[in-house]
Amino acid sequence: MAKITYYTHDSRIHTIDVQNGLTVMEGAVQNDIPGIDADCGGGMACATCHVYVKQDWLDKLPTKEDGEEDMLDMAYEPKQNSRLSCQLIVSEELDGLEVSIPEKQA
Amino acid sequence: MNKTDVLIIGAGPTGLFCAHQLGIIGLQCEIVDNLDKAGGQCIELYPDKPIYDIPAIPECTGEELTNNLIQQIKPFNIKFHLNERVEELKKVENRWHVKTSGNQEFEVAAIIIAGGVGSFEPRKFPVKECQKFEGSSLFYSIKDKTIFKDKTISIFGGGDSALDWAIELSNTSKVNLIHRRDGFSGAESSVQKVKELNDQGKLNLYTKYQMDSVSGDNQISSVKIKHDEGETKELQSDYVLGFFGLIMQLGPILNWGLNINKKTVEVNTENFETNIDGIFAIGDICSYPGKLKLILSGFHEGALAARGCFKYARPDEKLRFEFSTTSKAAQERLGVKK
Repeated sequence: MAKITYYTHDSRIHTIDVQNGLTVMEGAVQNDIPGIDADCGGGMACATCHVYVKQDWLDKLPTKEDGEEDMLDMAYEPKQNSRLSCQLIVSEELDGLEVSIPEKQA
Repeated sequence: MNKTDVLIIGAGPTGLFCAHQLGIIGLQCEIVDNLDKAGGQCIELYPDKPIYDIPAIPECTGEELTNNLIQQIKPFNIKFHLNERVEELKKVENRWHVKTSGNQEFEVAAIIIAGGVGSFEPRKFPVKECQKFEGSSLFYSIKDKTIFKDKTISIFGGGDSALDWAIELSNTSKVNLIHRRDGFSGAESSVQKVKELNDQGKLNLYTKYQMDSVSGDNQISSVKIKHDEGETKELQSDYVLGFFGLIMQLGPILNWGLNINKKTVEVNTENFETNIDGIFAIGDICSYPGKLKLILSGFHEGALAARGCFKYARPDEKLRFEFSTTSKAAQERLGVKK
């Protein structure tokens, strides 16, 4: 279990306990946090679960797999701290992670 | 006006197999898809990637699955209407009148929506002013490349479309290629070619830059790009092209009065009919308790929806359950020679 904080574009803050093994994307979708579409269902085949990771977390996350950066090319306003939330698997190590959800996904 | 029994919206694996199921019970159908080819997400998102969970097929690619499904429905001579998006539905007595983006019209007894996560559309620039120039000096696909001759073109993107067009247009135009990072998702040979052209001064490559703004009156005159570190550049440009892949949008389906929940259409699990009589939804676009977004679920849903259409298409007949192995009628429809 890890506490993940999602900042949505309407300036609201949602802090959720997410079970280990779920992804940061699933944590948002299952808790009805708006702004994560996840059209492909977590297959790294779209870029609609795009989030911005809080700077000091960037180096603590598992590195991007091949293909994630390619998909991020298609995200809405990608930045240097962009990740696909379907690729972030929750564990104790992610406790306290903070991500912001972009204005829109497409 | 195209008259048939059933119109299938979406030529992905679910739509294709549903056409088979309609064919085998003796109903005619036609298929509309917004893409230029059949296969849906399988062809658009992962043509070369393996799929391991199609029953009785240990491994196949998205493209192989699509080709096999097309092969399987060959006997039914199904008419495809590609590059068409269904826009309007209207009920006229017991039939549905359907109109597409290309002004094709259909009159059908039932409609099966197998639209996946919606229709694929180009992903656009986030910069607002881009809308103003879209279609005149800003494009997301190229229909007539001759307009670019001797002009200055700024191309954005790092995939195959961006690279291929940058290489091709650099022969006859002044090309700027702008991409948000140093790495590219396009073919390595194209990346090398672009770098060579950049070294030879035949193309200008700007990496770690993204669009900041566009300006011009009726036509674009320049585009401002911004580096990751904040520095900006103004590039004189006659045309701007964006190649950021495709996104999926539910589009006009939202306006048809269907019960929509989180971008999916609610159906019953008896025959996958929606809240509107004669409109069915199958595959990734439908939702019901326990829904799994697997291709195999789409096949099951299509088989039941096809049978659900029967009462609308043949109100005076009764559908009998038969196996393809033993049914003479089914085998005749499949063109099996004995």
